[in-house]
Amino acid sequence: TTEKNKYVSILLAIELIWNLCEVLFIDAAPAGSLLLHLLDWVRLHKSDVDARAREVLQSDSPAHHQSYWDVVISLVLQGRVDEARQVLSKQASLRAESSSVFKRMDVLLHTMPIFNPTGTQTLTEFDVKWRHWHEECDRCLQDNTFASNRHLETICKILVGDEDTILEQKELLSTWYHFLVTRLLFTHPTIKPPDLHYYAQVHTTSPILLSLRYCYTELKLVKNKYYLLFYFNSDKFIYLFIYFFLRVFFHLLAVDYFDHCPEFGRVYLELQIERVPLDTERKAIKVLRICEDRQMSEQVRSICKIMAKRALRNNRLGSALSWSIRAKDAAFATLISERFLQDYCNKGSFTDLDLLDNLGPAMLLSDRLTFLGKYREFHRLYGENRFSEAAKLLLSLMTAKIAPRSLWMTLLTDALPLLEQKEVIFSVDQTYELMSCLEELNSGTKDSSQTDQDEDIESTKTELLRLALARNLAMAIVKEGTIET
Amino acid sequence: MFVARSIAADHKDLIHDVSYDFHGRRMATCSSDQSIKVWDKGGNGEWSCTASWKTHSGSVWRVTWAHPEFGQVLASCSFDRTAIVWEEIVGESNDKQRGQSHWIKRTTLVDSRTSVTDVKFAPKHMGLMLTTCSADGVVRIYEAPDVMNLSQWSLQHEISSKLSCSCISWNPSSSRAHAPMIAVGSDDSNVTYGGKVQIYEYNEVTRKYAKAETLMTVTDAVHDIAFAPNLGRSFHVLAIATKDVRIFKLVPLRKDGSSSAPTKFEVQVLAQFDSHNSQVWRVSWNITSTLLASSGDDGCVRLWKANYMDNWKCTGILKGDGSPVSGQPGALSGVLGSATAQSALNGLNELLLLRHKCRFSPHGKLSSKPIPLSCCKSFSELLSLFSFHPTTGQKK
Repeated sequence: TTEKNKYVSILLAIELIWNLCEVLFIDAAPAGSLLLHLLDWVRLHKSDVDARAREVLQSDSPAHHQSYWDVVISLVLQGRVDEARQVLSKQASLRAESSSVFKRMDVLLHTMPIFNPTGTQTLTEFDVKWRHWHEECDRCLQDNTFASNRHLETICKILVGDEDTILEQKELLSTWYHFLVTRLLFTHPTIKPPDLHYYAQVHTTSPILLSLRYCYTELKLVKNKYYLLFYFNSDKFIYLFIYFFLRVFFHLLAVDYFDHCPEFGRVYLELQIERVPLDTERKAIKVLRICEDRQMSEQVRSICKIMAKRALRNNRLGSALSWSIRAKDAAFATLISERFLQDYCNKGSFTDLDLLDNLGPAMLLSDRLTFLGKYREFHRLYGENRFSEAAKLLLSLMTAKIAPRSLWMTLLTDALPLLEQKEVIFSVDQTYELMSCLEELNSGTKDSSQTDQDEDIESTKTELLRLALARNLAMAIVKEGTIET
Repeated sequence: MFVARSIAADHKDLIHDVSYDFHGRRMATCSSDQSIKVWDKGGNGEWSCTASWKTHSGSVWRVTWAHPEFGQVLASCSFDRTAIVWEEIVGESNDKQRGQSHWIKRTTLVDSRTSVTDVKFAPKHMGLMLTTCSADGVVRIYEAPDVMNLSQWSLQHEISSKLSCSCISWNPSSSRAHAPMIAVGSDDSNVTYGGKVQIYEYNEVTRKYAKAETLMTVTDAVHDIAFAPNLGRSFHVLAIATKDVRIFKLVPLRKDGSSSAPTKFEVQVLAQFDSHNSQVWRVSWNITSTLLASSGDDGCVRLWKANYMDNWKCTGILKGDGSPVSGQPGALSGVLGSATAQSALNGLNELLLLRHKCRFSPHGKLSSKPIPLSCCKSFSELLSLFSFHPTTGQKK
């Protein structure tokens, strides 16, 4: 039953938060009545005051009851000034000598303006009236009118909205939102919803979200039974509850709910999660995390593929590549790598350098991707003037057969500037290897789709390369044959 | 607890099919005016037409979306004996600003000698495969071996079903325990051949599709057919739109090893409803196969749900104009009242792919169609849950 009680108390907490949300967001209250709604809401959820009040009033000597002043103050805190007056009157009849003080308080409480949204008084008129009254209360404090009775002094301080005094009543308030509403009642009775948010901010985080989060954490502790919430009887409550609660915590609640469904939970989640529209990358990542946490590998793959495909359609190659890597889709990664290379051939430069430079082990997903990553590395080394490393890499791309044949000519052409440096970069052995690559390339069957012009260009390139390679070979032989003195 | 919204479709003639994409944010309609229109749901929940173009030289009977893994791809089929595959291409920036997109024809499948009555993509785990069925009873299964090249399709299978076909449905199950399975419905008026629903199954040994079952009890014209999502169950559930709504359960009987004979099934009737009191034209399942929607010539959409004992009953009725049937206040609240998150979230998809063959006004207005039911406020609002902002929890 302790579990049940806990469960019930959480339900009540949720209902309470729900009512607050209803007040704040749904009921389009006319100006000035927000506070009244909030007061109603507080009263609704702090009903122990009534019980205590009854207990006090029904006792033999209410004024001497130990909870007497607690009741009076609680009633004032809830803005129930008339009732507070009623209880106070029990005290007043006893002590004739202090009756003037009690009369004074009675007047203050009696004259407290309460806004009537259906009345003829405008908000401005009310505001003026309220300020007068507020000043009156303040004057009583300045004049030490209630100095003889600390309880009345406390009440007066509450009436002027003194924060410290109200905070001191935390036993009676018991919750932050009660504190908030009380403070508003005695400082800004005409508050509007947007202002309320600002006031709530005083507590540094949105307390509604905080409370929901609290409820959620509490719920998790009520082992596996909280989904019964959804079978709570009120249709409207459930609908709106789901609407708000899930809105804020879908990824926590609904998913957990599925996790707890014994038979079909997982399947339902799998089916549902893949239908979540992937409007933004951020959202996709969030959905992915849910899937990854549950080892839903097929859904992960599918979502990544969808994102990759979409990126490719929009020519965002970098994004498409990241997504294919995440999807572990080798075929798609190959395709995108080819596009990168095509782009390079057309434009002479790479896009998405950040991504290409930091592929890491993901590079191994597909041969073409590996080549792309290494090729980019070659360009980087060259750009950093690390020529011998660049040269070594370039050669290995061909000899280790990482580079596709179709790109060998491009690679050899990339070697030209290295061959034409004043300093000898390629060693004798390396030069021989390059030469054999060139010959291998030329020994292959002629591409019949090549035009005459293309053929000319090819043969010119080959000539240039042969010349450069020969020159380099000569210099390298000399260099390696020379003994350093 | 629902609100229907009508969309003026501006088709110049009868609308024959409406199809939602996988995520429910896009919609395609096709018409006897030979065109297809694509609709996109904006951030504000409003549908706007982002493409409209002439597609065939005859009435377009059906339109369907491929899985988004294959990109933005549509397939349509027509009275002109062809089926066509379309792909959306990213247009010029000023097109985007005007909110327009372009669809180009990737391939035309011209093998059929008669009107092509249905076109459906196979489940994505089978690759990029397209299936058509024709009025002369031939079912064709095509495959695009290179998913990046939508202009190359090869005809893999031709099945002669002997009866004029009207609709097909693939079993979505990706379980290895189930061979690929397709149900074919017929609207043939020939009474000699009893059953108007045939189930074909792929056989690993023969590498062919063979007939596994004929539902002999379905003797009237079948207008639509739909396998329910499988959920990892061993049996299959099939909904049929004919002179009434029928739901069948197909339980595979044990097969010995890898035989070349198709699976034998035990066929059970889970439900049969003639509440529409007229021809039922479409049936559609929600994502989790817990809810079936049907539409009929009575101008109504009905929702069917089973309790834990497999007893099916109607949980909601919507008139074609979106109003609830009187005497059934908040007909859908029953659905939401016991709402598990999944049922509520299904909302939008519950009413997908649904249309009823009402007598449309000559303007082809969508107002009498249940597509607006996608705007069941409760459902679409709930579905908009998905558009929450990840960090602050506020709706985007």
